Order: sequence, then structure tokens, then C-alpha cells
Amino acid sequence: MPGSRMPENAENKAAVLWQPGAALPAHVMPPITRTTLALYAGGSGDHNPLHIDIDYARCAAKMDDVIGHGMLTMALLARYVTGLAPQRALKVYSLRFTGMSRVGDQIECSGSVIKLLERDGQRCAEIEVRAKRQGGDELASGSAVIAIEDL
Amino acid sequence: MTPQDYIGRVLSPFTFEVERSQLRLFAKAIGETRPMYRDPEAARAAGYRDIPAPPTFPFCIGMNPDDPFDVLGAMDVDLSQVLHGEQAFEYFQPICAGDRVLVRREIVDAYQKKGGALKFFVLKLTFEDARSAERFCTARQVLIARDAGVTNA
Repeated sequence: MPGSRMPENAENKAAVLWQPGAALPAHVMPPITRTTLALYAGGSGDHNPLHIDIDYARCAAKMDDVIGHGMLTMALLARYVTGLAPQRALKVYSLRFTGMSRVGDQIECSGSVIKLLERDGQRCAEIEVRAKRQGGDELASGSAVIAIEDL
Repeated sequence: MTPQDYIGRVLSPFTFEVERSQLRLFAKAIGETRPMYRDPEAARAAGYRDIPAPPTFPFCIGMNPDDPFDVLGAMDVDLSQVLHGEQAFEYFQPICAGDRVLVRREIVDAYQKKGGALKFFVLKLTFEDARSAERFCTARQVLIARDAGVTNA
């Protein structure tokens, strides 16, 4: 975007080495609470009761409890990525959902630099990113392409 | 109907107005506290026209057609069968508060696994400025429908 070079508060960016194989500093998000899920339902417009109504989850879906929105996991992982590089630098962001988050989960975000590439004349880094239940199984994984020229 | 019959189905385009209050609620929901995601002045200071939509917000925009269940109808599946398998975004220009976004949707691929017990649909969404026709971003989502009527081969 022309005009401004003001930083976007990408608070962790100084810690990142944009070189293939470099690990990105891991970050643990605060726990997902029922309030988080209610706010996300309202904020996202996804009112599927499976995420907010324990009676529905138990009776209609035969589950123990509500589950978190997959797109909430993706949004939290995006917050992690835009903490490493400003949103304007994010060119591609892609995830595969491999698990379901639960109330109380603290999502652990991590990643590493896969390779450097040129895209539309910009120097970019392709990174792999991962969201795990803290100390546990994977919820989602994928990749992102970040323009690193102006970081 | 074979999966191939769904490929190329185009859903009704629609427009969506992005409001500051909605972006602030979304930011609160995802724990995003940086000023530029709430305060128009901070957003302008960071080079945006207004508060920017966070990277995954286009997915929320995409869920607002006139008929919220038309995607399910186009795939002949029920909400309770559907899982979100994959989601991808490609970004060109940021979407900001005040923008009117024109959303186009198409089923670009469909296939099945396990003898039809699992059906996969790939949707492509294009988000563009309803005023200038400039492209904001595209999204690709893979939806998986479990067909309980088909024995797992």
C-alpha cells in the first residue's frame, strides 16, 4: 500500500529470521472459553448451535460438549502470523482442519520458514504453520506466503 | 447425480457492507487488541483507508447470501452432514470498514471417496469492490459431506 511506512504493531517480527528452516517463535493463546465461542458466533455470523449450545451438542449431535469453530482456530493462527509480519505482507494463507478444539483449550501456534520465493516481483517467504491443543494433538496445519521485502 | 455434475454450479452473487462495529466485534471475539483493528485513526496511521478486516473475515462475509443455505442446496447436502475440511485465502487488497463487497461463488471441483460415503466440494469465492470492481481477495474452501446412507466401502 503506497503512502505510509508506519508499522502495524507486528510485535514479534524482530524475532523472526526469514531463512529456510528457521523456526518461528511459538506462541500459546489464552484458553478458549464459552464466552469466546459465544462472541465468535456473534462476531463471525456462524450461529451453528454445535458451537454454542451444549444441549444441542449433547442431544442432537451426540457429543459430550460444544466444539470450537474451525475458523476460530484459523483466526487465532492468523493473529499469530500477523504478529510476526504485518497483515499487509500476508499474500496467501491456507489451512487444513485436522482436529476439533474444545472449551478450555489453549491453542499453541508454531511454524517455520519453508523456502524463499519471488511472487509478483516481490521477495516472499513461504512458511508452514500449525495450531495444536497445548501439549497435545494438532487442530490445523497449513502454510502462508509473506512478502518480506519491507519488513 | 455424479460429483462431476456439481462442478461449475454458480451461486447467486451478493453484496455485503462492511461496518466498523462488526469488525470491532470480530476483533474482540478473536482476541485482537491492536488499535488499528478497532480505531479508524490508528488504521489510517498504519496506511489503511479505515479499520481493516482481519485475514479470515472474508469467510464471514461469504456466509451472507440472501439465502444462507443456498450452498447446501447447491450441493444437495444437509448442514448436519457437513465438515469444513480446508480453507485458503489469496489476498490482493485489504477489505476495510465502509467497503461494499461483491461476492461471487462457484463450485469449482467435486469428487467422492470411500464409495460415495464422503463427498468433497470445492468452492471458490471471489471478493471484489462493488464500486470499483477491484479484486480484494479470493477464497477456496473444501467442504466434506458424510453420506450416512452409503456403507463405508
